[in-house]
Amino acid sequence: MDFLRYVKTLAWKDVRVEFRSREIIYTMSFFAAMVVLLFSFAFSRQSATSSEMMDVSDLSPGFVWVAVLFAGTLGLSRAFDRERETGTMRALLLAPIPRAAIFLGKSVAIAIMVLVVQAVVVPLVALFFDAPLFAHPLPLVITLLLGTIGFSVVGSVFAAMLLKAGSRDVLLPVVLYPILVPLFIAAIKATAAMLDGSLEDCWFWIRFLAVYDTIFLIAALWTFESLVIE
Amino acid sequence: MSIDAVEVRGLGKRYGLHRALHDVDLDLHAGGVCALLGPNGAGKSTLLGILSSIVKPNAGVVRYLRAGEALAADASLRREIGVVAHESFLYTGLTALENLDFWGQLYQVEGLEQRSRDLLREVGLDEKAWERTAGTYSRGMLQRLSVARTMLHEPSVLLLDEPFTGLDRGGSQALAEALSGAVKRGAVVLVITHDLESIAGITTHVAVLRRGKLAFEERRASGYSFEELKDTYHSHSE
Repeated sequence: MDFLRYVKTLAWKDVRVEFRSREIIYTMSFFAAMVVLLFSFAFSRQSATSSEMMDVSDLSPGFVWVAVLFAGTLGLSRAFDRERETGTMRALLLAPIPRAAIFLGKSVAIAIMVLVVQAVVVPLVALFFDAPLFAHPLPLVITLLLGTIGFSVVGSVFAAMLLKAGSRDVLLPVVLYPILVPLFIAAIKATAAMLDGSLEDCWFWIRFLAVYDTIFLIAALWTFESLVIE
Repeated sequence: MSIDAVEVRGLGKRYGLHRALHDVDLDLHAGGVCALLGPNGAGKSTLLGILSSIVKPNAGVVRYLRAGEALAADASLRREIGVVAHESFLYTGLTALENLDFWGQLYQVEGLEQRSRDLLREVGLDEKAWERTAGTYSRGMLQRLSVARTMLHEPSVLLLDEPFTGLDRGGSQALAEALSGAVKRGAVVLVITHDLESIAGITTHVAVLRRGKLAFEERRASGYSFEELKDTYHSHSE
């Protein structure tokens, strides 16, 4: 039980620091809102392709997850920069706690921030693209949660690993995105299937997300310590 | 679990082609302060990193001993170690009390609130500053808070890397007193510093590193004066 208590203490510390400064949340939310706004101008509701009309609400799953991916990466980078500036990541590694708890605490805090961004992005996309994203609330919430967990878990491992790298801001997306591609494809497919009303397909992709999250969570818990020790 | 000695044998560390440490042997005992001296790049901070368990050596071993028995290098061992480094190890978005509360929870410190307040008084931080975020602190205040953070769990091994940096005369005196207190408590204390004046009088063991190798080691129960430390440093570090 100590393990979970440490995870809670670590995550709560991050949340407290962030909700006091609101630096990351505001930046992420603003950036995500800008991405959605730009998409809404780039693709008007009824965009014409060569010969037929296309309903751009079909593209809204992509808009949601692209905005989340970019804004999330921004937050991820900054959240770990905070641990680097005053050496607190080193101090955490020196603390008499399981190092996996440090990883999980950071992941939970990042997941909370990404969920806040989603709370901004999803209604905006629904509004701008007239997409019925809230037609099936349960699959929507599960998809968002599983996508967020996967992003936070994989992102935290790579962000921690690159903490000492000189050009980590450039390197992070380069190493992170290829690993996240299956996660985001599954999240987009699940959201798209939900919009189409094909819930069977939606649940298939949700199961895929759950498997992805489980595999990467286990791998991350197993490898985190060896990745962060010099 | 209190550690009364640290034994370093054949320690080596490489960063790529650079050899940071080579075949270092060192014994640290409870009840004394060891001053680890040497020019920049001599490998002092690397040695401290290995002793604190955050850097893995390429060769050699570090044994933490209690009554002659080596202790397992696990998470509970880290509870016995306190580190003051170049960085403050503090969250600038949290107040002094919140910082100590956070670290105290991770180290499972009993009577945490009272202990935090006592320590903040000991290191000479004004009560008005306790509720201010650490981001508003001066370098010296941060260093005082950093020392309080390190002492919070009463470690039996204290590893300090340039702890006097940024401290005014009062702060240096408070830190020297805290170190003396730790020595009396039976702690193993290792200090890396170029501020020889601040550690004169409390140092009983001097080790000089040069280009990753132990160039000189000596113990004196009577301690070292500032002049003696300065002479030792200059004659063995160049």
